[in-house]
Amino acid sequence: MTSTDLPPPIEELEIRLLLEAVFQHSGYDFRQYALASLRRRIRAQMGSERVRTVSGLQEKVLHDGACLQRFLLGLTVTETAMFRDPEFFLAFRTKVVPQLRTYPFVRIWHAGCASGEEVYSMAILLAEEGLLDRCRIYATDVNPCALQQAREGIFPLAAMQDYTTNYIQAGGKVSFSEYYTARYEHAIFRPGLKESVVFAQHNLVTDSSFNEFHMIVCRNVMIYFDKPLQARVHRLFLDSLTRFGFLGLGSKESLTFSACEGCYEPVDRRAKLYRRVQ
Amino acid sequence: MRFAIVVVGASLGGLEAMETLLAGLPEQFALPVAVVLHRPSQESDLAELLQRHCVLPVGEPEDKMGIEAGRVYLAPAGYHLLVEAGSFALSTDPPVCHARPSIDVLFESAADAYRDRVVGVALTGASQDGARGLATIKGRGGFAIVQDPAQAQSPVLPEAVLAATAVDRVLPIAEVAPLLAGLSQLTVR
Repeated sequence: MTSTDLPPPIEELEIRLLLEAVFQHSGYDFRQYALASLRRRIRAQMGSERVRTVSGLQEKVLHDGACLQRFLLGLTVTETAMFRDPEFFLAFRTKVVPQLRTYPFVRIWHAGCASGEEVYSMAILLAEEGLLDRCRIYATDVNPCALQQAREGIFPLAAMQDYTTNYIQAGGKVSFSEYYTARYEHAIFRPGLKESVVFAQHNLVTDSSFNEFHMIVCRNVMIYFDKPLQARVHRLFLDSLTRFGFLGLGSKESLTFSACEGCYEPVDRRAKLYRRVQ
Repeated sequence: MRFAIVVVGASLGGLEAMETLLAGLPEQFALPVAVVLHRPSQESDLAELLQRHCVLPVGEPEDKMGIEAGRVYLAPAGYHLLVEAGSFALSTDPPVCHARPSIDVLFESAADAYRDRVVGVALTGASQDGARGLATIKGRGGFAIVQDPAQAQSPVLPEAVLAATAVDRVLPIAEVAPLLAGLSQLTVR
């Protein structure tokens, strides 16, 4: 299936120019982001910045530093939840943790951790399995606001009911409320959970590998990348994984369309958990 | 071929309406069909339910999956389903009209990717989600079909569509699939 043979509409051309301008001006590279979702976000930004055209947005982004910051934050924000897709965490608990136990020290990379909910989920799970003190979790994201939220470990109290359900379905062993203190509308998670976590800014598009890990988790981040960029990030992950290390993706992501597929064997197909074999 | 893709959206009452529509699609249907049904965020066997009523394969696409004619693709729970030229894309951006998957998101992305070669179908629904998207499809030169509001379980979406744009057909649900079969065979642009 191909689109028509007409020349690309003006908006698409303007988007390419905008992304090139942002890259040269700021170093943030969105040129290989998936077009459909990128386009929606750019249009939303045009609305909130009150400009009529993508070119108008480009003018503002280049000449107004605060607008540039809003633009960068808007394009890099992603959503997450605690024990999101519980079957992933259950499969991690039952199939991956027993393997991780065999290592004296475990390094885990949460790539694209957003505001941190899944990082705390993993810390809770590892604590329950008696493994957390042997683990170092590296939680990285390109968005500094999200990263700061992750560092604080304070989440909306209103979300805790759904999170409790997820936690139970993920094999949670105690009362979920033991892990946080409720204050006004906030749930403040136990600071002890953070002791094994290092938070750092990292850009999957432009930065390189920085360590070797026993497990890499990157869930619902790469859906925003186009196929060639996904391939490049998969190579980065392969470079960052020990042999027999594990990779965890989002529930509707896959290795099937990536050249790296042959380097992994599935550990749990439904949960999108894989193990490096080459 | 005049058209490249069919996109369908429904919410309240949509399961039954979709089953009727899918049951009417012939075995050699020449277009891909992408569907958004508003659904709870964690439930997962909707594709199997719909498959029982359809001779075409029904499944939930993964990110970057290719779009093939003669297949029905159902937006997965908790994700927006978008269309790019030749492949699907997913997003976890915030809900639109409280919906994720959102009908507007699918419809607008199809109109962006395929311009005037989109057939958009809006069925029974309890919110406005889909009205704007179908208006966009029509505005780009695509074909717009809406279920007759008098017969829809919830007329809110069909009526919102009719208020938003001039559609090509207002039909009882049983007539939608035969029309799609006819449109899928058109070659003249």
